[in-house]
Amino acid sequence: MGNDMTYTLFFDEATPDDYPLLGGKGASLASMSAANLPVPVGFCITTDAYAAFLHESGLFETLMAGVADIDCTDFAALDRQSAQLRQQLLDSPMPQTIETAIRTAYARLCQQVNSPDSLPVAVRSSATAEDLPDASFAGQQDTYLWVVGADEVVEHVRRCWASLYTGRAINYRQHQGIAENEVLMSVVVQKMVNARSAGVTMTLNPTNGDRSKIAIDASWGLGEAVVSGEVTPDHFLVDKVMLEPVKTAIHIKTIEHVPDPVSRCVQIRAVEADRAGLPSLTDEEVKAVCRMAKIVEKHYRCPQDIEWALDADLPDGQNLMLLQSRPETVWTQKKAAPQATHTTGMAGILNTLMNPIASKPN
Amino acid sequence: MAQKFSSPYDHQAPAGAEGWQDLYPYYMVFQDNLRSDEEAKFFFCDSQHWPNVFKPFDAITVEFAVKCLGQYNTRQWLIPPANGIDFKIHNGYCYMSPVGVPPEQIGDRVPLFMERAGYYFQNWNDLLANWHKKVDAVIAEMEAVTFEPLPDIIPMDWVTQGVGLDPTYHLIGNYNKMIDLCYKTWMYHFEFLNLGYAAYLDFFGFCKEAFPGIPDLAIAKMVQGVDSDLFRPDDELRKLAKLALANGSAEVILSHNLTDALAQLAQTEGGQAWVAAWDGAKYPWFNFTSGNGFYSTDKYWIEHLDIPFGYVQNYIQQLQAGQSIDRPTEAIAAERDRISGEYRDALDEAAQGAFDGKLGLARVVFPYVENHNFYIEHWAMSVFWRKMRDLANVFVGAGFFADANDMFYFRREEIQNLLFDYGRGWAMGVPAIGPSYLPAEVARRKAIVDALSTAPPKPAFNEPPAVITEPFTIMLWGITTESVQGWLNTSESGNQLKGMAASPGTVEGLARVINNPDELGQLQQGEILVTRVTAPSWAPVFGKIKATVTDIGGMMSHAAIVCREYGLPAVTGTGSASTTIKTGDRIRVNGGQGEVTILEAAA
Repeated sequence: MGNDMTYTLFFDEATPDDYPLLGGKGASLASMSAANLPVPVGFCITTDAYAAFLHESGLFETLMAGVADIDCTDFAALDRQSAQLRQQLLDSPMPQTIETAIRTAYARLCQQVNSPDSLPVAVRSSATAEDLPDASFAGQQDTYLWVVGADEVVEHVRRCWASLYTGRAINYRQHQGIAENEVLMSVVVQKMVNARSAGVTMTLNPTNGDRSKIAIDASWGLGEAVVSGEVTPDHFLVDKVMLEPVKTAIHIKTIEHVPDPVSRCVQIRAVEADRAGLPSLTDEEVKAVCRMAKIVEKHYRCPQDIEWALDADLPDGQNLMLLQSRPETVWTQKKAAPQATHTTGMAGILNTLMNPIASKPN
Repeated sequence: MAQKFSSPYDHQAPAGAEGWQDLYPYYMVFQDNLRSDEEAKFFFCDSQHWPNVFKPFDAITVEFAVKCLGQYNTRQWLIPPANGIDFKIHNGYCYMSPVGVPPEQIGDRVPLFMERAGYYFQNWNDLLANWHKKVDAVIAEMEAVTFEPLPDIIPMDWVTQGVGLDPTYHLIGNYNKMIDLCYKTWMYHFEFLNLGYAAYLDFFGFCKEAFPGIPDLAIAKMVQGVDSDLFRPDDELRKLAKLALANGSAEVILSHNLTDALAQLAQTEGGQAWVAAWDGAKYPWFNFTSGNGFYSTDKYWIEHLDIPFGYVQNYIQQLQAGQSIDRPTEAIAAERDRISGEYRDALDEAAQGAFDGKLGLARVVFPYVENHNFYIEHWAMSVFWRKMRDLANVFVGAGFFADANDMFYFRREEIQNLLFDYGRGWAMGVPAIGPSYLPAEVARRKAIVDALSTAPPKPAFNEPPAVITEPFTIMLWGITTESVQGWLNTSESGNQLKGMAASPGTVEGLARVINNPDELGQLQQGEILVTRVTAPSWAPVFGKIKATVTDIGGMMSHAAIVCREYGLPAVTGTGSASTTIKTGDRIRVNGGQGEVTILEAAA
């Protein structure tokens, strides 16, 4: 980076040295991108940009003083005063250099996917305090879907910044003793995934902890329907090593979540009867999900719980998108389980002959 | 759904095969007075090893093999739950029935088994080195045996040496010796095999428990060796093809038959080098059958040099077309390491120790499971059948038979009668009776065998057990509770056949049904080979085909091993593919799932 101040960084150009500028979510996307994992393309507006905005607009002092003034035990005051702070932030002009940087990056993103000037993106906040033990901090900020055009992107970046000053966020920081002057924010701008099918994948068999399997739950539309349990998803249990299906169950998936470009909200709609019972993934797509899951697991060196989607706007073979991955916790933490004893050598052979495979319950 | 198969007593021979029972020894056919005993046993057809109707002499292979398999289980190792395998020949095909051990005796056998089998496992490599010495010696003994016509007069030196015997004594003695050596060969065949399978099964069972749902194929790939003596004959042909291209012999080889090519090549320096290499490859590697070693009709390369020569021509053409003919041994080895490494990573530490131990033992024993096939079925049986044909030609010379193959229409104990008839007439100075008696008898027996061959075997007889648990049945024949159920339901399954997922990959193409190795030449580029069973020596045609489907065979059947080596999808143990599928049908083979689908019937 030639500049001391880097205002935008694409996921695939950020180096680990840059990660502190990207916030937790942004750094995670950049590291997955560096591992050749197919995250939807995008860039971060760095914490440097946010810091420059605060200082050049003179807001920094205003915000520090404003927050110091708030009594968090008085909920009505908290709501009122925090709303004022957010409004001030939204009303402050953005320095030209920053705005230009955001517009340039967005134009470049549009160009990358051949969508001149109007690529729908998700704009998400990515705070720097996410490495705190309580990761739920990440959820305190906002996400805006289906943002279209440079003007809107700039506007929603500002809204993300403002979301640092919701009553909840301020209250949280005070409770956690997080110093206000250390709180910075990056904003992630990422291509919207127009999910044809989506789901959740575990890099083990969740019913018995067998790590030689990959379990996939998939349904039509966005993964929300699977995560929330509103449909009985298709289930694919696949041998992780051979990538051969071990068990496949196709269910009737009556509804799907799809992004609605008009309302910019996710819409729930009924799936046509003839599509509801079809597999939401082809055999080849199941394998693609598994291949990706194996790479993710290897990248993080422990079993993973992965959200992904197949983008209807991208060609076959390039349409699988990794949305999120976190460590699997249920079986990974079950260390105390008594381990089966294994007979080896002659005792093992005798045991095998005396208890043939076919007579054992599956 | 049918719950049981029909009784062999209700399964009649085809018209024209009346009296077939007399072609085989009384103890090998179902006897009427034992009907209730025999109907209480479950029999399955072993068309994996014996796909064709037996000529009477050829039954020697099933008789020796199955008896010798049994002796180790029942009397040497005392495998606690498993004795040998009972078998019968019915309507010309052989049917197997595993013999369990009465539950109350199993416990007593355990310490004996641990001591005896334990000794072999502990001393595996030393005992195996000794095995190779023994087998080499048996083969050398067989090679040394000769069959000559009886001379008009006894040689003078027999007089001067006071031998006091005549050549019929040696003729009969040599025949008995060959039978004896063949018997010995089959004992050696099973000396290590059952234990090898047991160690393999131990690893197999561990994987099935640790990784529920693991494909059988994955386990096979972890254990299977990369280099086996079974692949050597084919490797020799590849080397010969490369040499021909390297030293300028290729055009001569491609444009001539073997005899003419050898004559031409003798005239150039490069050609001479190629001929020397060709001759050097023959022994022992061309003792390689295009069948499986179990039939007198098997064609061994060493006696049919046009077969390997044709394969060399194919390889040269493939090389000229820019194709690689190398077996991807490095890729196979890397894949084996990847697969075992990834499964191992999926285990906790304690289980990793057990995994390492069991896989390690399986890999120690498995080379035998692959290699023995070359030494016994190919090399030793090549010599055995060659010597038996030498004897048959003596009979032909003496007017007993019009054709050497006619001898195999007689049971092995009947050959002793024929020999005595020959020697008796020779000694008494009268014509032997055979030449006038045998032609009609040969014709009668031929007609019976031909009639039997018109009907395919039944997959099984009588009621199957609720679960198939006998370890060797599962391992050797790929017969499981599921596959037996599949046979029972065949008539309902329409255009889909299920079998073992023996080698992964999915392809579609035209089927070519091959009923015997002589038809292999009909295979066209890109067809799918459908047959009862393949033989390892068919390897050179695997460069032409897209996939293989067999009626019977497990994960470790020869077809499965060879297909994995050659990276071709294979489904084995379908029960009836070679009769259900017709040449020209368009079919889909899913070797990863063990499914074969008839997409479009031949016009």
